[in-house]
Amino acid sequence: MMLTRFLFERIDRGGWVFLVLLGLAAVLVPVLNLAVPPGSMFHVSNTAVGLWGKYMTYALLAIAVDLVWGYCGILSLGHGAFFALGGYAMGMYLMLQIGPRGVYAHPTLPDFMVFLNWTELPVAWWGFSSFPYAMLMVALVPGLLAFVFGWFAFRSRVTGVYLSIITQALTYALMLAFFRNDMGFGGNNGLTDFKDILGFNIQSQTTRAVLFSLSVLALMAGYLVARAIVTSKAGKIIIAIRDAEPRTRFLGYRVENFKLFVWTVSAVMAGIAGALYVPQVGIINPSEFSPANSIEAIVWVAVGGRGTLVGAALGAGLVNFAKSWFTGAFPQGWLFALGGLFIFVTLFLPKGILGTFTDWWKRRGESRKPPTASPASQPAE
Amino acid sequence: MLIDPMETQLPADPVKAIERPQVVTQSLLYLDGVSVSFDGFRAINNLSLIIAPGEMRAIIGPNGAGKTTMMDIITGKTKPDAGDVIFDGQVDLTQLDETAIANLGIGRKFQKPTVFEMHTVEDNIEMAVKADRTVFGTLFSRHSAEIWRRVDELLGIVRLGDHRKRLAGDLSHGQKQWLEIGMLLAQDPKLLLVDEPAAGMTDVETGATAELLKDIARTHSVVVVEHDMGFIRELGVKVTCLHEGSVLAEGSLDQVSADERVIEVYLGR
Ligand SMILES: Nc1ncnc2c1ncn2[C@@H]1O[C@H](COP(=O)(O)OP(=O)(O)OP(=O)(O)O)[C@@H](O)[C@H]1O
Ligand SMILES: [Mg+2]
Repeated sequence: MMLTRFLFERIDRGGWVFLVLLGLAAVLVPVLNLAVPPGSMFHVSNTAVGLWGKYMTYALLAIAVDLVWGYCGILSLGHGAFFALGGYAMGMYLMLQIGPRGVYAHPTLPDFMVFLNWTELPVAWWGFSSFPYAMLMVALVPGLLAFVFGWFAFRSRVTGVYLSIITQALTYALMLAFFRNDMGFGGNNGLTDFKDILGFNIQSQTTRAVLFSLSVLALMAGYLVARAIVTSKAGKIIIAIRDAEPRTRFLGYRVENFKLFVWTVSAVMAGIAGALYVPQVGIINPSEFSPANSIEAIVWVAVGGRGTLVGAALGAGLVNFAKSWFTGAFPQGWLFALGGLFIFVTLFLPKGILGTFTDWWKRRGESRKPPTASPASQPAE
Repeated sequence: MLIDPMETQLPADPVKAIERPQVVTQSLLYLDGVSVSFDGFRAINNLSLIIAPGEMRAIIGPNGAGKTTMMDIITGKTKPDAGDVIFDGQVDLTQLDETAIANLGIGRKFQKPTVFEMHTVEDNIEMAVKADRTVFGTLFSRHSAEIWRRVDELLGIVRLGDHRKRLAGDLSHGQKQWLEIGMLLAQDPKLLLVDEPAAGMTDVETGATAELLKDIARTHSVVVVEHDMGFIRELGVKVTCLHEGSVLAEGSLDQVSADERVIEVYLGR
């Protein structure tokens, strides 16, 4: 009851539109995919379900990035790390579900461990055959890493470019570590060949449709949590920190605690996104830690509109939609297009698509009002 | 999952149980032998200053005298290289950070007015009003009639009631100064450090600001830095003139402005 009020009472009109559309998608897409025959014009193809399910997890990552960057001014160039860690936690669960069905038919060990002549499961893998434990780790591992990282970084008042660089270094270091076979996470091949999840065949179209819906629900939940945070009084402080950090301290607020809070929440959100991503794409490997991925997430948010949440999710969808089209048409050109897009948005749409649209909408509304209706704009001299 | 490290982070107890002389324990703010250098340049040089409880003090001095730096030291922004900075007769401010010092009851208005430009005027005040300042306290805080009554009252005092819904960034320079004074009052500090409150104001506004400060001084201790001599005269309080990081003269405005050295370095002839 308290929680519902906390989550829902400050949603604005745009937010409701966003939630309703997502809610419809969560219900209609599986129905149109599974129940409508492929010949019908209303049928949603299997490919589309997979693709959009993936975009939903990207959108959740984008909301996580927007929460720290758009509202608290922390430009993280390493959020892909939290996403990938959540993905690995899910991947480890899925690996252990394969059981004796692997190529080497070992009763407990995943193939890559048998290949490395390992005889028992490394400690890090203990417990991952339990779904609840794995789900706990999905949130806990990125959350804990973010907490420890943030504890030191924010306490030592590392900000701006320096902070961005160390977040980038963090994800790069993790990438190098996960590439190593002796880390025990499958080296450069990563984790793949998953068979089932909670006993359901991961390849079956029903499972895939359910995963799509779960991703949409996770995105809605992520939006609700982020929105509740940024519209609370703590949210005002967080924005104040973005705009004038020292001033916030002189008002008596512990800036490092507020930063640590949003940073950790955001990392957990990214981890959950990663965990939903992996069963839908069927693989997780160290390239998910690559710095370019984290930077791409920044571009989504910039394109959609920093500090708008809904815009960030929209940006993730749009940019990735463009990406799948682009990589089909000009496979070599995507990185240039992405860079060009970022420059274009920075120069001409600094508020992103949604921010620009909202401004336009407001101005349109104002110019329609009679001119007398502008009180409180005369200086009181 | 998150613990709130708020209380655990203070360095070794700043309220040491050491015996302090009466001159310290009876003053609200006690600075003794304070020095700080930036890259070898001594911005504050063996500065000593005592503010009594309830006192209002005006600080004058030429550009670069160290007035703002002194406030930086008191509020924890700058750590002194040497000297004592003691608040309320017992708390060693050099051991605390900005947040802890603010929460002890020292509020500050900056020389360059610093408000939260993307927040509305009323939100600026609301954030400053004395209330729970922890992460979870603010996260789950509900609309408090008490706080908003205080916001209304303060908006009235600083005459920004008609502008409450505007973004602070859209205010004029003088209005920002007033908003910052409002925020300062909202914190309800024991000691207010006010750096050049009249800068950029019209004569009428300057007069009103002086009135407001005198009013505030009835219930608070205040340290005001100003260059505007008319304004200082209006306040009618003890004046300290700083020069090259230490006290050049101290006394009534007439005494200080008659001082040869003050005329030499500051007032000109
Ligand atoms: N963080 C810093 N790093 C280097 N030098 C500094 C720093 N802060 C202050 N200074 C120097 O210390 C001296 C004192 O500066 P301060 O701002 O305290 O002067 P002030 O008395 O407030 O002057 P004004 O009347 O112009 O505001 C100046 O020479 C300034 O350049
Ligand atoms: Mg100054």
